This record gives sequence, C-alpha cells and structure tokens, in this order.
Amino acid sequence: MDDALIPKGVKRCPLPEFLMKLGPVVALLLWGVVAMFMCWIKGLNQTNMNDSYGFALWIWADLTVIALGGGAFFTGLLRYIIGKDKLKEILNFAVLIGFICYSSALLILAIDIGQPLRGWFIFWHANVHSMLTEVAFCLTCYFGVLTIEYLPLVLENRQIDRVPFFHNLSHNMHEIMPVFAATGAFLSFFHQGSLGGVAGVLFARPFAYREGIFIWPWTFFLFTWSAAAYGPCFTIMLAKITEKITGKRLVKDDVYALLAKIAGWMMATYVVAKIVDTWYWATVTAPSKGQTLMDFYSNNPFYGIWILILEIGVGGVIPAAILITRKGRRTPFLLVTAVVLGVVGVCVNRWAMVLQVMAVPVLPFEGWPMYYPSWQEVATTLLPVAYGILLVAFSYRYLPVFPQEPELNPIVTEAREPAESEATGGAGDAEMKPAEA
Amino acid sequence: MFPFNFEWIWDMSHLVFMGGLWFALTVLGMGMTYCIIKAAVDTAEGKGGGHH
Repeated sequence: MDDALIPKGVKRCPLPEFLMKLGPVVALLLWGVVAMFMCWIKGLNQTNMNDSYGFALWIWADLTVIALGGGAFFTGLLRYIIGKDKLKEILNFAVLIGFICYSSALLILAIDIGQPLRGWFIFWHANVHSMLTEVAFCLTCYFGVLTIEYLPLVLENRQIDRVPFFHNLSHNMHEIMPVFAATGAFLSFFHQGSLGGVAGVLFARPFAYREGIFIWPWTFFLFTWSAAAYGPCFTIMLAKITEKITGKRLVKDDVYALLAKIAGWMMATYVVAKIVDTWYWATVTAPSKGQTLMDFYSNNPFYGIWILILEIGVGGVIPAAILITRKGRRTPFLLVTAVVLGVVGVCVNRWAMVLQVMAVPVLPFEGWPMYYPSWQEVATTLLPVAYGILLVAFSYRYLPVFPQEPELNPIVTEAREPAESEATGGAGDAEMKPAEA
Repeated sequence: MFPFNFEWIWDMSHLVFMGGLWFALTVLGMGMTYCIIKAAVDTAEGKGGGHH
C-alpha cells in the first residue's frame, strides 16, 4: 500500500499490521493529550506540586530527556568536528533521538509553565541574571539545530527525494552540516551546564550547593560531562531495542563498539570527577554550612543513601568499567547491561538534583516532604514517550535512518523455478539481492 | 530581547546573553538561507535529478 514510500533495499511489514501494532501507543498518546489539555484549561491545580515541590516530575523528566538526548550533539561533534567518520552510520538515529528528546522537553515546559500563552515572555522580557533564561535560549536554538539536522533525513524519503529542489536542499544541508553541528555543540555545552548550574548556585540548599570557578559551580561542568557520557548510551540502548523489535541488525558491531568506547571513557572520567566532587561536598562544603552527609538522606522510600550508591556505583562505576574494556563492549550482553545501567544512573542523578534538592529539610523544624505525582502529571510525562515511539516507528519505516540496514539484511528474492535453477546451474533456491547503500 | 524593549539596559549581562542568542540565530538563519538559495539556483540549472 505504501511501498513507494519505503526506502530502497529494505523490507517493512504491511501497513495494516504496522498501524495495528501502534494502537496501544496511540492510546497512551491520547491519554497524555487529555491530561495536557486538563492542565492547560484547569491550571496547575491538576498536579501534586506544592510549596515544597515547585520543581517535580516534569522538571525531572525535562532534565533527564535533555541529558539522554545529549547523544545527538556529542555524536555530531565526534563525526563532524573530531572526524570519527564511522559514527555516520548511527548519527541519523542519534539525531532522531535528540530531536524527540528536545521537542519533548519543550512540550513538557509548555505544560509546566501553566500559562503557555505567555511562554514568549522568557525571550521578550528576558531575565539576564537567570541561568534558566540561558537554558530557554539554548534549548530553543538547539531544537532549531536538531530540526535542521533531521530535515535532510526527511528529504531523503524516496518520493520527496525525486523533487529536484528538495534533493538539492538536502545535499546542500549535508555540505554545511559541520557548521550546524558546531553551533549545536556550543549551545549544548551551555544549556546542559546551566541546568546543573541552577542546582549548584542554590547556596541556601546545602544538598545542591557547590563551589566552582568564576560564576560556574562544579555541577555546571558535571552536567555537560554526564550528558556527553550518558547520551550515547541512550542512543545505543534505543538502537538495540529497535533491533530487537524489528528482528534485524541495523548497525554493525564496530560502530557500536566505537561509540561505546568513547562513552565509556567519558563516563569513567565523569565518575572520577563526580566521586571527587561528592567527597569534597560531603567533607568540606556541607560541614561549612553546618550539615553532615547523612543529614541529606533519610529512611523514607525516595531519599535513602541507596540513591547515592545507585547513582554513582551501579549507574556509574559498573557501566564505565564494562565499557572501557574491549571484552566488555564487544560482548552483547555486557554492552546492553552497561548502557542500561548508565541510563539508570543519569536518571537517578537528575532525580536527586531536582527532587531531593526540594525534599531535604533546610530548617530545624522542617521534615521530609513527600511528593507523589498526580495521574495528570504521569500521563503528560508518558505523552512524550508515546510521541517518541511513534516518531521512531514512522521514521524507521519511511526514512533511511540506518544506512547499514540494507547491507546487514539483504532481501531474499522469491525462489526460482527449479527447471530454471537447474538450467542456469543455480546452487540454491533463493537469490540474495546485492546490498544497496 | 531588543534594545527597544522598555527593560533593555546596555550592560554586560544583556550583551553576553543577547549576543549569544543573536549569534546562534544568525548562524542558523544564514546557514539555512544559503542552503535554500543554493538549492533554488542548482534546481534552476537543472542539477539534482532525484537520483543519488
């Protein structure tokens, strides 16, 4: 039915089957849309945010998807600026994931601000003393970069590519892509960093407060570093999930190994820096504010000391140790384990830097306030997940997202007639169609 | 955002913040303008038959 739109040299399931499988995802999307409109129409009383939790599930989701979407800027930097050409085989997918992550972050922010019609105020009446203003600027501009990086992939659809203007536009955009990639890296460095900087400058909240250099607390650099380390892990993880769902190999192992190696070393150096930061904070910074390490952890369900162990040990040291060893990243099970643990690690880090910062009592008479998101918050947080699945599914179906797919999955044409096969001396029943790049 | 906004002040904060924003927007805008114009010129010259 839609054969003319499907890239050359690859095979896709029939359209009805494809659409039917997406049914549950569409249902999830609609649930999120209903909750989104409830928040917009009725206001933020639809959430469980309160005076203790001005930042809650949405901001955690925001910071997390921005960190996980860091694979796009870092892979682009490696490919276009550092010159790791092999990564071009996974760059399209990294850009797609980055596009989904950043559009999701902007969507969540549009819900979170409560008054979306005034969203433009942050640009028009910019508060130039706020790191979040810089984040808003960079997020918006970087989303523009990701759109520009994603557009050539859309233009490479078989039917669109037949139009000479679009073919030329795609070609020209590829030619100057290093300029866009460099701009994206510049923007990412600052907005990833500023998201960490927001926590680090909270001098009245010793759990988050860090010293640093000039106006930048150490968390500024740790956030950028962690996004560069863990973003590629998320790209690898989703590529592996896509392979599992489609039942095909989509990226060669050496491409995975190269990206995993770079991510592993970034992660290893990040974890060392994070451990040093944590040790200095626990032994020097926090005591100087009159608190000890264990003041920041409690026996309640969300904020025990386990969170620190899970973040740095399980989600940092272990995956880094796996990925920096050749055997670790070449063993499929260990590679998948490492990237999953890495993704968990960065999610927990952002959870601590958003939610735990709000929860830790800072006055002697305060307790640990708990926060459970409302169903509207959960639904609107799952909305981008559903949207992301749909965009990956449609992009995979209609666009050449994985350039190595035709080579790794040659199409087996129908069996020849036995007589013809014998006459031509054919050895097998099937013919392998040559790979089309 | 613009010098004609009532809250605009010619200080370092505005120059750094807004300078960064306008720099990024200029690079993206000029880059895309170049691509679109060149694509139009190439198409007018008969390039790009739609086959890689």
